[in-house]
Amino acid sequence: MSFANASLSALRVALDTKQVSATELAEYFLARAEKALTLNAFLHIDRGLTLSQAREADARIARGEAGALTGIPVAHKDIFVTRDWRSTAGSNMLADYISPFDAAVVEKLGGGGGKSGNGAGMVCLGKLNCDEFAMGSSNENSAFGPVKNPWNLTKIPGGSSGGSAAAIAAGLTPAATGTDTGGSLRQPAAMCGITAIKPTYGRVSRYGMIAFASSLDQGGPMAKSAEDCALLLDAMAGFDERDSTSLNSEIAKTPIMARFVAAFASGKPADTGSTLQGMRIGVPKEFFGPGLATDVANAVERALKEFEKLGATRVDISLPRTTLSIPAYYVIAPAEASSNLSRFDGVRYGHRSKKYSDLAEMIANSRAEGFGPEVKRRILTGAYVLSHGYYDAYYLQAQRVRRLIGLDFQEAFKSCDFILGPVAPTTAWDIGAKNNDPVAMYLEDIYTLGVSLAGLPGMSVPCGFGDGNMPVGLQIIGNYFDEGRMLAAAHQYQQVTDWHTRRPEAFS
Amino acid sequence: MKLTPDDLKRIAHLARITVSEADVAQLQTQLTGIFGLIDELQAVDTTGLEPLSHPLAVVQDMAQRLREDRVTESDQRDANMANAPEQENGLFLVPRVLD
Repeated sequence: MSFANASLSALRVALDTKQVSATELAEYFLARAEKALTLNAFLHIDRGLTLSQAREADARIARGEAGALTGIPVAHKDIFVTRDWRSTAGSNMLADYISPFDAAVVEKLGGGGGKSGNGAGMVCLGKLNCDEFAMGSSNENSAFGPVKNPWNLTKIPGGSSGGSAAAIAAGLTPAATGTDTGGSLRQPAAMCGITAIKPTYGRVSRYGMIAFASSLDQGGPMAKSAEDCALLLDAMAGFDERDSTSLNSEIAKTPIMARFVAAFASGKPADTGSTLQGMRIGVPKEFFGPGLATDVANAVERALKEFEKLGATRVDISLPRTTLSIPAYYVIAPAEASSNLSRFDGVRYGHRSKKYSDLAEMIANSRAEGFGPEVKRRILTGAYVLSHGYYDAYYLQAQRVRRLIGLDFQEAFKSCDFILGPVAPTTAWDIGAKNNDPVAMYLEDIYTLGVSLAGLPGMSVPCGFGDGNMPVGLQIIGNYFDEGRMLAAAHQYQQVTDWHTRRPEAFS
Repeated sequence: MKLTPDDLKRIAHLARITVSEADVAQLQTQLTGIFGLIDELQAVDTTGLEPLSHPLAVVQDMAQRLREDRVTESDQRDANMANAPEQENGLFLVPRVLD
């Protein structure tokens, strides 16, 4: 059995039937990670910590107390704080930071410090590289160097959860966590040919997720298939009183896997292959405009045909403010970032400059030295749009446009169950191609930003390859709390296609 | 909107980030580009619309959840001090602010 290509449920069977121990599984993936250092996907590996967690997991399995994920390895985006591994957010500001606590997601999945064998009992392989404070679409904004795309080492893996996506694609870990503020789970998943889901805003606790833009930030799973993501999301999601926007309504408490299983189980002619009979898929014309590369358009079009073959009905819809999502996002996200990142002052934690004559200069120099160029641009943009005389014209106006964008999606969902389209306008570009032109980089986020502004769940599913054999992702957007059905629909698609099983040859 | 060097220095001061004279020119170009992008918002008619600060408020009332005002954290002074760049006797050290 190739553990690198195995599903989470196959790994569960292997662990339960003693084909492999959690310790052996951890050793196996650590060895793969250590052989793939050229990808720069991991920022921190600590063999001793991982193996001590694996032994705890083995003990738990031996006691008959294993859950669905106990003993299965995971790696965390370095935006989630962990008690034992360093938590850097990809920034020099936090280069040596050790968190006094674990993020809620880390507690839930397991793999944190302190009480090992906690939560679901997953075994942490280490911390994954990302754009600094999750700000970026290419992973080139990491203070610790860019991550490389396993499909072509000269290409970006996407961002900001680029280390997570590259690690899954290269088979360095069977599961990873990521975060999405404007597309940071979906876009790297698309560019590395893996599956990821950004849940409804408020589903997954932000406690211990280093904050970028609090009204947008949302954690989610990255894995090889929709089924794996469903398992992981159930373990990650849930009400947390420590996050003031965590959802505790009844619908938020319904297990995602239950809806995943129920979605197409009853009264559907599964044996005829028409498993998506009656489902209406909305195709927004704005997602297929001039900026969309032909190779991406072709792969997405083939995926839409596949959904129709499964019984879904195609509906033409419009999301008229798609283009406006870019300026609205690039006001709101920097505004929130400038506020959130004001906590880094070189006093309580983080980098402190050695050059200063007074307190004000110490703070300003610490921030100038600790933050990278993109983070500074966003803080400065945010400080400006929140400043006296500009707050109404920029910030409040952006929030009004945000409402329009949210209303557009609700209008669209009157005529369809899901919205399907591309995740990104192109496949992964060359490292260095856009990193001196922030605006060109921002325009790449056009298909993912609206979903984030509206707080809707969105996922990326591999749907083929474009020029140069680079992966293309299909975006599936659902209405609030519809993750279970989205994952089920993606699962049906993955039953009749094999794009999600393709692996880059160099890492097979 | 074209940002002037003075605008940029004012923002940098508000953001408490030191920018060198060399940085000013490059940031001026880049931020002018970014503001060119976000100025597109000005043309949108949003008369009568309330700003949306919580995304789910599009479909339901989202009141900020409050909790009882009581101490919930345990004492973790040592763990919280461990990352301080400079400290003495359990206190954060900063440059002298009073003469």
